[in-house]
Amino acid sequence: MNQPNKVDLSKPAACCCASPTGQTAYGAKKTPARLFRFIAMGSVGVLFWWLAYRNLALFSQWLTYTVLPFKRDTHLGASVEFFVYEAPKVLLLLALVVFGVGIVRTFFTPERTRRILSGKRESAGNVLAALLGIVTPFCSCSAVPLFIGFVTTGVPLGVTFSFLISAPMVNEVALVLLFGMFGWKVAGLYLGTGLLIATIAGWVIGRLHMEKHVEDWVFETKPGNGTEDDSLDWSARVRLGWDAVKEIVGQVWLYVLLGIAVGAGIHGFVPENFMASIMGKGAWWSVPLAVLLGVPMYSNAAGIIPVVQALLGKGAALGTVLAFMMSVIALSLPEAIILRKVLKPRLIATFFGIVALSIMLVGYLFNFLM
Amino acid sequence: MKKLQILGTGCTKCKALTEATKKAADELGLEYELGKVTDIKEIMAFGVMTTPALAVDGAVKVAGKVPNHTELKALLSATK
Repeated sequence: MNQPNKVDLSKPAACCCASPTGQTAYGAKKTPARLFRFIAMGSVGVLFWWLAYRNLALFSQWLTYTVLPFKRDTHLGASVEFFVYEAPKVLLLLALVVFGVGIVRTFFTPERTRRILSGKRESAGNVLAALLGIVTPFCSCSAVPLFIGFVTTGVPLGVTFSFLISAPMVNEVALVLLFGMFGWKVAGLYLGTGLLIATIAGWVIGRLHMEKHVEDWVFETKPGNGTEDDSLDWSARVRLGWDAVKEIVGQVWLYVLLGIAVGAGIHGFVPENFMASIMGKGAWWSVPLAVLLGVPMYSNAAGIIPVVQALLGKGAALGTVLAFMMSVIALSLPEAIILRKVLKPRLIATFFGIVALSIMLVGYLFNFLM
Repeated sequence: MKKLQILGTGCTKCKALTEATKKAADELGLEYELGKVTDIKEIMAFGVMTTPALAVDGAVKVAGKVPNHTELKALLSATK
């Protein structure tokens, strides 16, 4: 792991699949004893989680001022207390949400999502696709097979795009981090506008009737039957949820700590406002600039959070920063290269253009509202 | 003779799945032939939408993930 903030353009096929789809040897036989053990272990786990979460404030004060030699009412003491409170809090929240989402995702394999969306009319289909984008396991390296699998089985092009936009952009890790660091308002706005962008951008692409700008061979592809859906029992789902926690938390914990460390630095020491002049509300051009910078960059949702934390802390406007964040995680140069296999340049340009434009509008909306 | 095929366009997870499959199959003492399918059209013909995927004798057994060693072994020995 080198510089954690580095934006990586060198790996177009960078794989982020953390998708425990239920197509493996998990279709275990149900035995009541095992189920009971899982429920018992689960309850104990939840109890511990809750106790830990409830007592974090006390713990962080005790650790900072009693165990460690920091003084109360000093900048350094406040910073350290902030860090030892926030870091476990966000990691606990993250583990819980990733676990929950991991379990929900065992119900929504890409195959099932496709079945739900197949033959759906536009508009309602766009909304549904954006929502399913959150709960269906997805990774950018599967974007091409997923795209082909959708459009060749009767999912309208615009609906497919709603899914392809929402799946990476509305991300549970980003949601938890935003909630943990900035509160439910920011997290809710991110969720709501993310869904809105995915729905509207997909709908517009559908209205433009750009089917002829999909590479011809795509529609000639005859998709096979794929895997048979195993029905999983609950212990298998719990295990898959736990696998997701190990995998995702294992990947992102460093970014999370870094983001909180940046926040702690800002928390203890008075924030400077040097970003305010260039990324504050007053600078109207900062939103398009942020999107323009963010679009080609590739980073996962967790990697961008420290940057968001730093920018906000230094006085950048919320809308500008959210626009930057969304454009980084929703669009990227590697993604354009991958999608070029199935889309002609004009459709890629339209796709990027519409999504970038929607993100800009959201940026302005936030700067105006908040 | 088992025909094992790794479907994927060449991301890091595809390599991981190839290695893991090789290891599991060797450990089971299977007689097998391991091939790679990298062409997207051929991958689609298998009907998978998430890569990497593993097909045993033409049937897709794993899609979109790299199973752990025990799962792979169970899966490979189950389809004997």
